[in-house]
Amino acid sequence: MQSNLNNEMVLELLQKRFGDVIISATTPYDLLTIEVVSMSCYDIIAWIKDEPTLAIAYLTNLGGVHYPQNEGRELAVVYHLHSLTNNFRIRIKTFLSIENPTIASIVAIHASANWMERETFDFYGIQFKGHPNLVRILNEDSMDYFPMRKEFHLEDETREDKDDRFFGR
Amino acid sequence: MGKINDVDVINGEGFQLSTLDKVIASARANSVWPLPFATSCCGIEYMASMGSNYDLARFGMERMSFSPRQADLLIVAGTISKKLGPVLKQVYEQMSEPKWVLSVGACACSGGIFDTYSVLQGIDRIIPVDVYVPGCPPRPEQIIDGIMNIHKLVKTESLRRRYSDEYKHLLESYNIESNAE
Ligand code: SF4
Repeated sequence: MQSNLNNEMVLELLQKRFGDVIISATTPYDLLTIEVVSMSCYDIIAWIKDEPTLAIAYLTNLGGVHYPQNEGRELAVVYHLHSLTNNFRIRIKTFLSIENPTIASIVAIHASANWMERETFDFYGIQFKGHPNLVRILNEDSMDYFPMRKEFHLEDETREDKDDRFFGR
Repeated sequence: MGKINDVDVINGEGFQLSTLDKVIASARANSVWPLPFATSCCGIEYMASMGSNYDLARFGMERMSFSPRQADLLIVAGTISKKLGPVLKQVYEQMSEPKWVLSVGACACSGGIFDTYSVLQGIDRIIPVDVYVPGCPPRPEQIIDGIMNIHKLVKTESLRRRYSDEYKHLLESYNIESNAE
């Protein structure tokens, strides 16, 4: 199906409505990707859902990324959204500092974000303010760290019998 | 002197002599009720061992016990994540004595290829294991070999092993309360 929207149109609409809040925009693989100020993420996602010309009302995916070398903006939250009526996709990125990784929960807009935000919290420790039940979803409850942050080894730290000579640790 | 089912017997005119513990042990070994705790790929191999080609029923094991309370042998086949650990331990604790544990596959024995934060690095970290079957996955022949080794244990161990100090000490080291009267 041909899309009724294109990247330029959508970007223009967004810039007209939100202005400087949109920090940058790129189109890798022809997918409109905007970086936004974390405070405005909620408003943007709410607006593109309700705005009738866009109707980007389906949350495809929500996840985190850890970039330890980006000082002050170590953690990224990435939203993939899709307009089913217009067959248009958009990716929204925002960056948080690792000292205070807090962002507004979008469960009130997309109920499907509930488990995805729990997962992102589970693995990256990102706090979603306003989430109805922000507890670990995949890892055991007693885990005391966020395993996808790069400072933690992927391997099980409690083993002593696997060493570098044989296991490349 | 003769042997019936590995049990030494003395046959006479109209009577047969043996020792009771050997007879009981032999009876137990030939009708072990296994509880399959099968998770991933190894679980599939275990199912094949159960099926008609390999047929565990040949060894008095046709009756899988899906309740731990009536099971004698816990067969753990597959990857056990750390989150599943407490469940496995609870299942073990619910089994009544005498009980044995067979660990099937690299994952259950040592975490296998999953040297990672989420996978239990061997079930012997939370429950005692009697026989380990290596392989990723082990073939059904290997699983049956492991079961034969369990049978050997059942036949030769003291019937009262659960009262021994070593056994109590072992369970204590796992922080498991012994349910032997
Ligand atoms: S030992 Fe290999 S075959 Fe068995 S559960 Fe683990 S990965 Fe699968």
